[in-house]
Amino acid sequence: MRLTELRKGDRGTIVRIQADPELRNRLHSFGIIPGEELEVKGCSLARQTMEIDVDGTLIALRKEEAEKIEVRKEEDA
Amino acid sequence: MEKEKIKVALVGQPNVGKSSLINAIANAKLHVGNFAGVTVDISEVNTTYCDPEGCEEYEITIVDLPGTYSLNDYSMEERVTKEFLLNEAYDLIVNVVDSTHLQRNLLLTAELLELGRKMVVALNMIDEAEKEGIEIDAGQLGVILGVPVVPVSAKTKEGLEALKQKMVEVYKKPQTESKIIYSDFIEEEIDRLVAFFEERHYPSDIPYRHLAIRLLKEDTQIYKRMHDEPIWIELLPILREALDHIYLHSGKKDIKEIFADEHFAFAKGAKMEVISTKQMRAKNFTQKIDNLLINKYLGIPIFLFLMWGLFQLTFSLGQLPMDWIQAGFDWLAVETHRVLGDTELASVIADGVLGGVGAVVSFLPNIIILFFGIALLETTGYMARVSFLLDGFFHKFGLHGKSFVPLVTGFGCTVPAYMAARTLKSRTDRLITLFILGFFSCSARIPVYVLFAGAFFGAEHAGNILFLIYIAGALFGLMAAKVLRVFVFKGEDDPFVMEMPKYRLPSLKLIYHVVSGQSMDYLRKAGTFILFASVLVWFASNYPKNPELEKRFEARIEQAASPQEKARLQGRLQEELLARSYLGQVGKATQPFFAPLGFDWKLSVALEAGLAAKEVVVSTLGVLYSLGDATDKGIQALQDQLKRHVTLPVALAFIVFVMLYVPCFAAMAVFKQETGSWAYLAYLFIGTTGVAWVFGFLTYNVVKLLV
Repeated sequence: MRLTELRKGDRGTIVRIQADPELRNRLHSFGIIPGEELEVKGCSLARQTMEIDVDGTLIALRKEEAEKIEVRKEEDA
Repeated sequence: MEKEKIKVALVGQPNVGKSSLINAIANAKLHVGNFAGVTVDISEVNTTYCDPEGCEEYEITIVDLPGTYSLNDYSMEERVTKEFLLNEAYDLIVNVVDSTHLQRNLLLTAELLELGRKMVVALNMIDEAEKEGIEIDAGQLGVILGVPVVPVSAKTKEGLEALKQKMVEVYKKPQTESKIIYSDFIEEEIDRLVAFFEERHYPSDIPYRHLAIRLLKEDTQIYKRMHDEPIWIELLPILREALDHIYLHSGKKDIKEIFADEHFAFAKGAKMEVISTKQMRAKNFTQKIDNLLINKYLGIPIFLFLMWGLFQLTFSLGQLPMDWIQAGFDWLAVETHRVLGDTELASVIADGVLGGVGAVVSFLPNIIILFFGIALLETTGYMARVSFLLDGFFHKFGLHGKSFVPLVTGFGCTVPAYMAARTLKSRTDRLITLFILGFFSCSARIPVYVLFAGAFFGAEHAGNILFLIYIAGALFGLMAAKVLRVFVFKGEDDPFVMEMPKYRLPSLKLIYHVVSGQSMDYLRKAGTFILFASVLVWFASNYPKNPELEKRFEARIEQAASPQEKARLQGRLQEELLARSYLGQVGKATQPFFAPLGFDWKLSVALEAGLAAKEVVVSTLGVLYSLGDATDKGIQALQDQLKRHVTLPVALAFIVFVMLYVPCFAAMAVFKQETGSWAYLAYLFIGTTGVAWVFGFLTYNVVKLLV
């Protein structure tokens, strides 16, 4: 599923990033890399932007960019 | 004794406390270095170190490079930093690393290591890491990286001397190879290439291993250099084969991605090995504040309240010293006239120089308060949240969330607003914001609006008209942004991916440096330009002299029966003089240009004089309608005159024109400074004047039809 489908408080693992090399490099340099875990910390109105936590770094993403990140949601035990 | 000089390039990701560190290391003042073609400021600082063993003194120059997440050419900052690291002369790199975000920071460290330069890693914010329960084995990290690692804290000043000592030590030592080890399939290819170079005894100024890595990474500089050498023909098939092997093994076709994966593996591995206790304790602080500040519903109201507070402060607290400064300059002008008498020199100094410089200096309190507020919002980490909150709305118009601050500042004064646009990191976002800022009516235009709105709609409606004008201007701005994004600054949107830094209390020293630096910048650059411009306007409105006319009028003034008659004649004289001056001549010459909008030559002159500053529009109209200085006689008299001479359609067209054309000379000077381009200034001038003309024309004709 896509990152945009996660809600606030959801956790997941990054599976794949489907973006052009430029954006992928950018995401990489922030630590957004397949295999890493993330948690959705919050969304702005109309879910235009979202805030995620990857390895202790808080990162803000626009909807368009978040859609390119494929994640596997961690189901609550 | 001559001190030995060491040049250090300070590199790190944004928000790692680089500026704080540089401020803590050197007590001397930061100064901005000049680097060709660079619009992002690079600052330098000097410090000395005395080696107790060798009794040698070193002068260390630290070049503070813009913060960058990687060396990917992504943003202007990254390009500047990369270009510097590759092409400029320096002795060693100091890589500042945030101890609390080690893994992400080590990604950049890995890239830096590949440059093959001497390097020291400064493990900054070590005190904070300890507080968060993160323990880092610096010695072990040094072993893994192959370069010295020094734990430091800019806040507690811990480790600063040790850092300087290490810089000198590394400087004295010969070059060492980076210790990054890649996956086996890459190492194999590196070995193969190195073996090839050894066999050929290829003359190279950089180590073979390093050369091989840069070839594999498809580094264009190296390719360009080796392309013309005979060895290239033999090298090419080997290189192609090596790349094919790497592609095959990794299952990926993008060498950049493959190396990024390698860096990531390296960073993650290094972090795993050196961080012992991993206990997240203090992180809740940021989380708690964020729950409130970027709350879906409360976030925007809180932000608006904070901005409102800042602007109240800026324009109310700033008003006092502004008035004092203005009064001071007025006094100086009067004194100049008194001391020098009624001479040309007195006139040029008092009316030209002091008038213009006074205007620039009087903005200073506003600018200082505003910059202080913005610096505070920025260094605490709040600004990133603002972008997060507002990006959704602004993005629809092709702007960035951060554009909000300059745009709102523009309602106060366009000059600091242009400078506030510096918070925008993407050049396209910044240029669009700079171009549309003039549409956000600054406070200097209020007198013009008040004058016309009061004259034609009555004082009771003036407030509403004023509000409408402001809204219309803002809408114009947003539309213009959209148009610019679609037609001029095309290309795909800049992705919005940014770090939300942890909330921090900034040091006063750092804020002082930022604010004082920006203020001096403003004074220096805007000051010289406005000085020239105001002397020009003074000259244009005072020359050529017309002694005959003056004599004729003086004779009539002498004979005037009543004081009222005297004042009337005095006013008439000023009007005639201005009409015959260069400014008047220009106004008459350009009147045909304004004729379709219904403006007579007097309104044309007022608009042109308004280029100096919008307040001048009112005073010029005062002179032209024979009232002397309108501010003395009261606005009422001028409004009566306007109603007699100007029709409603013309008045509305005039308001629209004032709303849309360039703010003033000072703003233009700052615009040129911020965009770094005369061409852009020309576009701005022509573009806004064109828009103002077209909409003035429409207003005039539509209203004429309706009335």
